[in-house]
Amino acid sequence: MADIQDELETLPASGPMLTAKDFKSDQMVRWCPGCGDFAILATVQKLMPTLGVKRENTVFISGIGCSSRFPYYMNTYGFHSIHGRAPTFATAIKCARPELQVWVVTGDGDGLSIGGNHLIHALRRNADLKILLFNNRIYGLTKGQYSPTSEIGKKTKSSPMGTIDTPINPLALALASEASFVARAVDTDLPFLSEVLGQAARHKGSAFIEIFQNCIVFNDGAWDSVTAKEVRDEKNLKLVHGKPMIFGKNKDKGVRQKGFDLEVVSFDPAAPPRDLLVHDEKAPAQQAYALVHMGEPVVQGVFRSVERPTLDALMTEQVAHAQAEKPADLQKLLKGPETWTVA
Amino acid sequence: MSETAAQAKPAAVPIEEIESAVIRFAGDSGDGIQLTGMQFTTTTAFAGNDLSTFPDYPAEIRAPVGTIAGVSGFQIQFASRQVLTPGDAPDVLVAMNPAALKANIKDVKKGGILLINKDTFGQANLTKAGYEKNPLEDGALSDWRVIGVELGRLTRNALEGMGLTATETERCKNFFALGMTYWLYDRPMDATLKWIEAKFKKNPKFVEANRRALLAGNAYAETAEIFGHHFRVRKAPIKPGIYRNITGNEAVALGFVAASSRSGLPLWLGSYPITPASDVLHELSKHKNFGVKTFQAEDEIAAIGSAVGAAFAGMLATTTSSGPGIALKGEAIGLAVMTELPLVILNVQRGGPSTGLPTKTEQADLLQALYGRNGECPVPVLAAATPGDCFFMAYEACRLAVKYMTPVMLLTDGYLANGSEPWLIPSVESLTAFVRVPVPALADFKPYKRDPETLARPWATPGMKGYEHRIGGIEKQDVTGNVSYDPDNHERMVRLRAAKVGKIAQDIPATEILGEKKGKVLLVGWGGTYGAITTAVQNLQKAGKSVSSIHLRHLNPLPPDLGDILASFEHVLVPELNMGQLLKVLRAKFLIPATGLNKIKGQPFKVSEIEAGVESLLQGGK
Repeated sequence: MADIQDELETLPASGPMLTAKDFKSDQMVRWCPGCGDFAILATVQKLMPTLGVKRENTVFISGIGCSSRFPYYMNTYGFHSIHGRAPTFATAIKCARPELQVWVVTGDGDGLSIGGNHLIHALRRNADLKILLFNNRIYGLTKGQYSPTSEIGKKTKSSPMGTIDTPINPLALALASEASFVARAVDTDLPFLSEVLGQAARHKGSAFIEIFQNCIVFNDGAWDSVTAKEVRDEKNLKLVHGKPMIFGKNKDKGVRQKGFDLEVVSFDPAAPPRDLLVHDEKAPAQQAYALVHMGEPVVQGVFRSVERPTLDALMTEQVAHAQAEKPADLQKLLKGPETWTVA
Repeated sequence: MSETAAQAKPAAVPIEEIESAVIRFAGDSGDGIQLTGMQFTTTTAFAGNDLSTFPDYPAEIRAPVGTIAGVSGFQIQFASRQVLTPGDAPDVLVAMNPAALKANIKDVKKGGILLINKDTFGQANLTKAGYEKNPLEDGALSDWRVIGVELGRLTRNALEGMGLTATETERCKNFFALGMTYWLYDRPMDATLKWIEAKFKKNPKFVEANRRALLAGNAYAETAEIFGHHFRVRKAPIKPGIYRNITGNEAVALGFVAASSRSGLPLWLGSYPITPASDVLHELSKHKNFGVKTFQAEDEIAAIGSAVGAAFAGMLATTTSSGPGIALKGEAIGLAVMTELPLVILNVQRGGPSTGLPTKTEQADLLQALYGRNGECPVPVLAAATPGDCFFMAYEACRLAVKYMTPVMLLTDGYLANGSEPWLIPSVESLTAFVRVPVPALADFKPYKRDPETLARPWATPGMKGYEHRIGGIEKQDVTGNVSYDPDNHERMVRLRAAKVGKIAQDIPATEILGEKKGKVLLVGWGGTYGAITTAVQNLQKAGKSVSSIHLRHLNPLPPDLGDILASFEHVLVPELNMGQLLKVLRAKFLIPATGLNKIKGQPFKVSEIEAGVESLLQGGK
């Protein structure tokens, strides 16, 4: 946490300091009382002034669903688009204007079901988007049908006998899509959420963050088994780059490799075993893939953060290259390669 | 002195002067038919004829060799007079195999020439084409002049000793045939020889092989005296100026680039490959030096999503597709209507429904363009009339989109997209200037506060300090653009969006009438049927018939003078390559008993079909 703060301070200032209030729009926030979205919104509004990005250069794009109302409440440029397609709008906005910081806010239905295809391609293209996926494992806005992340057997309005669909792991999908930044946080641990979002904002490339979010009306307690105060420390592992994977209130549990899999070991905190895994954000994706699938502990933090060229930069580069090679002479273009004169 | 002229011998063979000719090349899709056709076209253009072409190729890239499904065709009409269509019936058919003959013979004029590659008429190929007996031997072709040539053997002879493989030699036979047709129509070969040299620059062996094949074919046609005589088509009286050959798809791409250049707005194309629209993507991706950004999206929805996003970010945004793709784009078009962002959507129409006839032409997406979305969702619709006109309509679509802050649909079709014509190159300065509603001072800015003359909203883009605002697909409050579920506001906004599109009528020029301003029959056409309708009407007028025509390039809104024009004729006949879609619109809007003339075969109208339709109407037969 400390070194992240240091990094923040080195970012260029943009005129008079803005505060969280400057990022609140004049629209009334209309989520259900107690919705996890409020906490995420407040965290993002608080984070914004620290990023060193001008407000007018910040754009929030969303699709359809409860989470997708997010842009209306941010006093930045915003576009509430159509179901599942937010990454397509966002990709072009970033490519059109590389100086903008473009955020996508989506949910488990919007991002993984109707918009699954676009998510894959936004990630593989590395368009430098910051994609927040609020995962509440339910369809909220359409009032309570199962989602692609609902646990198998879940009884909902559209699955009275229990779902028969195997759920998808959002982070595994992101890794398979060659995402250059993959992270997870929960809506009840706001300092940690803020830290992860800050890292995502500063990552050069598309960042994908799954946020466990509680839907108080249609799926209350969806993440209680992980986030409840009593179990929080024992059931969560927070990744720190370069540090061994240790968790538990007494720091007496850790993760190590076992064949192609991972296993949890308990130990005396005074003498942790030497073969605990040390987290490396740049490691091959296989390690991250195993970590995102751990059932207990649930792993949070930045699984993977690697640098590779971004789509907007590559596109700009091709245009610049073409312009340097060949002047843009419209009349010549209209003439084409072969002409003849009729006298 | 050119090589051709140097080799020419004294003209022992008589030359017959003719006004026009139609020639069709046909063969397997791997036979190089399209290339051969394009070479004949360039040479014909340089010779000063007016011309029109129509490539007709199968959906399969390489259908089984020798089958009807694999036949690719290229037709060109050229003349010493104005030419607006590729011609109804070929005077000459070049058939590279039995399947090409079988697929095309019914179209060829009786008494016309069949130049046939005899080598391919073995039992296997005859069977594949569905011939029980060899048509070259059983008298089935007695209505035509059959000229059987062993193209394969002659080409092999011409290229002997060059060290080419059998396949490489085989690939040159289309140029042998091209050389023969050049002799038949007394054409110089310079342009093609120049092209061969440029094309195979890196492989001198192929330059020599193709050159030899072309010259050998030409010499063979002359010395073997197989045609008896040859033809000459003199220059056409064409408007002076500098010309090029252009296809509809090329013209659309150039229209977009010109619009970008003239508006000062960088161009975005979001597209997903689809026949017959992909060539627009190919063409635009070559012009990045004009600041063009092309994006091959993961699907049709992403393609238009990217375009709407680019428009929000301040670019001149376009997306290109064909009917099935447009169906997928419907929801996003609605979003662009709701958010009032400028965007041009190109539909290169093909035969439908569903996958339909991907490589064939049709005009059956007009109602989709006008109405194919949820809600009251008005979109301006334009249609190009000829390949060259695609340039001007693409430009106009961009201009209207920006001026009125609206998505605009541009309709072309497979026939225009792949067909070509000589195009009088416009000067950049002659293109209409772009106008835009200025973004007001911050104190005066509301995202949906409209310009009174155009009803367009201001286009404030990310990066403009203090203008931060949110837009989206939920109904907008008038003026502020905030989310609103108010019933009165919804009705007001629905009517405002419709009124804004209606305002475009003030940009539509007076409708040109071909012929008298009133009379018996008025033909009303739109899109790629222009050439056939115009030629038919000119022919009928020459024959003294009271027939006029108009051709609509604006389909929504319709030209403001249209009602008066329709009312000045006893009969209104609407030829369309569909079941009567414009017909429905005209009947509904003007309450007139218009008649349809419809064809749904995936093929363009023949001039004779339009003439017959008019004659039938005049005789009260319909």
